[in-house]
Amino acid sequence: MSNNFRLESGEGINQTEKISFKFNGKTLLGYKGDSLASALLANGIHLIGRSFKYHRPRGILSSGSEEPNALVQIIKDKDKAKTDPNVRATQIEICEGLEAQSQNCWPNVKFDIGEINSIFSSILSAGFYYKTFMWPSKLWGKYEYFIRKSAGLGKSPTEKDPDKYDHKYYHCDVLIVGGGPAGITAALIAAKSGKKILLVDEKPEFGENLLSSSKENIKINDLSPTEWIKDKCKELSNFKNIKILNRTTVSAYHNYNYLIMMQNLTDHLSENEKKEKIRQRLWKVRAKKVILATGSIERPLVFDGNDRPGIMLSSAVKKYLNFYGVKCGNKIVIFTNNDSAYETAIELHNKNSKVQAIVDIREESSGDLPKKCNELGLKIYWKHTIVSSSGHAKVKNVSVMKLSKDNSVVIGKKINIKCDSVAMSGGWTPAVHLFTQSGGKLDFNNQNFCFYPKKTKQSQISIGSCNGTFKLADIINESNQKTSEFINQNVENKNKISEPKEGDLENIWLLPSNKALGKTKSFIDFQNDVTAKDIKLALREGYKSIEHVKRYTTTGMATDQGKIANMHALGIVAETTNTKMGDLGTTTFRPPYTPLTFGAIVGRNVNQFFDIIRRTPIHSWHKKNNAKFEDVGQWKRAWYYPVDNESMFDAVQRESKAARTKAGILDASTLGKIDIQGSDASEFLNRVYTNAWNKLAIAKCRYGLMLNDDGMVYDDGVTTRLNENHYIMTTTTGGAATVMSKLEDFLQTEWPELKVYLTSVTDHFATVSVCGPHSKKILEKVTENIDYSDQNFPHMSFKEGSINKIKCRVMRISFTGELSYEINIQANYGQSVWEKCMDAGKEYGITPYGTEAMHLLRAEKGFIITGQETDGTITPIDLQMDWIVSKKKYDFIGKRSLYRSDTAREDRKHYVGLLTKDPNEILEEGAQIVAEVKNRPPMDMIGHITSSYYSPNLNKSIALAVVKNGKKLKGKKLFVPMANKTIEVTVSDPVFLDKEGTRLNA
Amino acid sequence: MFIIKCPYCGERDHSEFSYGGEAHINRPKKPTELTDDQWAEYLFMRKNIKGIHYERWNHSHGCRRWFNMARDTSKDKIHSVYKIGEKPPV
Repeated sequence: MSNNFRLESGEGINQTEKISFKFNGKTLLGYKGDSLASALLANGIHLIGRSFKYHRPRGILSSGSEEPNALVQIIKDKDKAKTDPNVRATQIEICEGLEAQSQNCWPNVKFDIGEINSIFSSILSAGFYYKTFMWPSKLWGKYEYFIRKSAGLGKSPTEKDPDKYDHKYYHCDVLIVGGGPAGITAALIAAKSGKKILLVDEKPEFGENLLSSSKENIKINDLSPTEWIKDKCKELSNFKNIKILNRTTVSAYHNYNYLIMMQNLTDHLSENEKKEKIRQRLWKVRAKKVILATGSIERPLVFDGNDRPGIMLSSAVKKYLNFYGVKCGNKIVIFTNNDSAYETAIELHNKNSKVQAIVDIREESSGDLPKKCNELGLKIYWKHTIVSSSGHAKVKNVSVMKLSKDNSVVIGKKINIKCDSVAMSGGWTPAVHLFTQSGGKLDFNNQNFCFYPKKTKQSQISIGSCNGTFKLADIINESNQKTSEFINQNVENKNKISEPKEGDLENIWLLPSNKALGKTKSFIDFQNDVTAKDIKLALREGYKSIEHVKRYTTTGMATDQGKIANMHALGIVAETTNTKMGDLGTTTFRPPYTPLTFGAIVGRNVNQFFDIIRRTPIHSWHKKNNAKFEDVGQWKRAWYYPVDNESMFDAVQRESKAARTKAGILDASTLGKIDIQGSDASEFLNRVYTNAWNKLAIAKCRYGLMLNDDGMVYDDGVTTRLNENHYIMTTTTGGAATVMSKLEDFLQTEWPELKVYLTSVTDHFATVSVCGPHSKKILEKVTENIDYSDQNFPHMSFKEGSINKIKCRVMRISFTGELSYEINIQANYGQSVWEKCMDAGKEYGITPYGTEAMHLLRAEKGFIITGQETDGTITPIDLQMDWIVSKKKYDFIGKRSLYRSDTAREDRKHYVGLLTKDPNEILEEGAQIVAEVKNRPPMDMIGHITSSYYSPNLNKSIALAVVKNGKKLKGKKLFVPMANKTIEVTVSDPVFLDKEGTRLNA
Repeated sequence: MFIIKCPYCGERDHSEFSYGGEAHINRPKKPTELTDDQWAEYLFMRKNIKGIHYERWNHSHGCRRWFNMARDTSKDKIHSVYKIGEKPPV
């Protein structure tokens, strides 16, 4: 058998440019312009892969993005990272270095062990997984392993994607989707309007079906369809206001004419040509108007064994023949219910492929093409159907029988016809995917048996065959008229088109067979291996809604989204349930129209660009001094500074001890800082904090707790009164942005009468916090013009000073419980001030400490961290912080909620300290607390650990927790059950160290 | 994805804005005089309307101003936008 099915010429290929590629390890030749599918067919290869469920041999069905069978694994340059699973062989253009492999088969595509599923197909019916793996639930883990192993088709790359991807935003006046005759006609009219136009098509070339149309049968202005398209494209290229993108698929159509498209830039190039170019670009398009010219998809016919390799769509056979110059077979049977397949028959006949027979389910046709076939002497079986096919790796034979008058059964003698390919046509389905995604409503056309756009929600029109208009003259006329109206640009249609007259289509959703339905394999969804009998089974089992039938049988799911599979399923459901198609409706066609790569979705937001990283002005010092960092929101904060390979535990213990015995230094620059000014600033603070602010003296600091209106603690921090009408508020690091937004919200919407102005100054200041018994001496050495005597500069107050003549603000405030000062200085001086403090503190043993030691130090003092001790369900009363809640103030955010029946409950979870029986035992944060230990769970959980440390200053383990009714449990024993032991704890006061606060003035 | 006409900046992409819940729920002037039920009504109860819904939006990645929007939830279409303090248009 000759392996060369290539003709002398094809419109779309360049036979002077040979390209070698590999399929399943074998080197093959194709030409520039070939798709992988056309190149394989030219080499006589029809068997491409195995089906999803039954592992049946499958070949190429179509020539475009609707392809359900010919999915392959693509490998480029033997690079494991550059592999793509589930690529349609019909969409990939061949290039040097391209390697493709069959999927879902082992050991190989010709002999696949999984085909055994086909033998058991009677038990692998619809809903098999739902029915079989229900129980016992304990075995689910085992089931899952096998299901996952057998699921999926191709293999994902295991290495990082080396390619570059890009995103682009684009605004235009008119977006035209689809570059067939309708789209091109519309583009020419739109371009003449001078508006900004974008024309896209998913294929490498424009023209769609016209490119494979017959040269003799169709003439446009005395030109062949291909010549006409080329002429029009040339005309279009003269307009400067139109952007034309090929290899660009609109994936999704959202509200307000917002469309997502993926442009393939380099997949058709070899590595040499590609170099460092971007692989794919995701376009985010806003169009004032959208013209959908997405065309239509040919339907298969549903008969027993309609999935064998070699059985293809008639339009695809024509495209391979005329466009790629490839014969799909030498002995071809045409099977149709409409006239369009007759053109394929004539083209095949003219190019020396033998047309064995034309099987037509219709009684007759009044069209020109069947007449011509008759004249050419082609055998036509009217009112006949194929009842079965045979052949393993490729179709070898089809059996044909006559249809009864009402088409319900087959009658007469079975006729066997030898063939090596079948070209079938079940009519055309308008590609309404984008239209329905945009919110449009469909109606059913009973003449052409298809859904077509009825009512659009957006500024949009559908033209051409996606609108249910199928004749070329009608398409061009409709495009001309509707586009002219739509964009207010009157252009006369001067095209003169001659095309053959067509007879009517007749439709049978499920063709009758001489076998019982249960014995047939009539595929509806090739990709998901759903047969007609699966649909019937679902209906018998009580599924009525088409959405339920879809989910139960999986028809039209995955990447198909109603391209090939849906119409027959809908038709069979409508017929069986005696419902009108229009009333039944369709399933939802979900985006993306064709799959997007993750690379395109992510674009450039990878590695360091994945999220914003914020670093303090002192970051480089921390890095140089071996700090380990922790992520706090977007910030990188110094976590601890290990010395000489110290463990984290040892480093934190050392840092915490130094901060209490000598001096510690912390980078607190990340704390949120909000500058508050205005004549109502004091009143504003009164309203947002739980405590009173109007009596705070200038140059004094005060700690404040901020609640939500539900009474729950939201944020906390120290605010300093800089002047009569000027405050600086600090917030938690993580809460800075949300606090700012919340305050702005209240000012703008609830209290517009207040004269208050907020400015976020977090990044404007660097904050260096120095604590410990030697801190005062260090500050005295570093700053100028400040008197540090307790009398002049007491705890919770503020002074302005300078460092080398640079102004700074010094607050005497403490989160560690030690004597402590915070220097705030213009951010760019941060590191030099830090270094000055280090130099000045050297003689006192100053030790940099990170966030972990800071947390430990504040836990020793029982200070809360919002978000750690609180979780949005904790009130200040729960925290035993009644002292900070003003009784006198008329109102503040959250006040009223504090005495709702639930928040006033006595037995809420309260904030307490916990001490372990064994002082060396460190509790696990997040662990649950019980009052009574049972042999096994469930036990009544009365709270959980919020913070836990080993305190080097107290030489014992300490923990903070929230415990139900905790206030009344002081001194009581509780238990913390862990996986392998139960830890006994005693409830204590949350303040473990220096309850009197004497160290603040040490 | 809407195009939202910020009353201060003009038409901008949806991604510049954040949603802020139902509009025209004024914080009670005298919360202490309310019963638990009345306070809960303000605090928790929100409408779920099919049709025109009045809601708060913030031009969070723009001018940071709050404004109100009347949106038809059944069509997911913006009816109109208006400034804080202005009367709803329909």
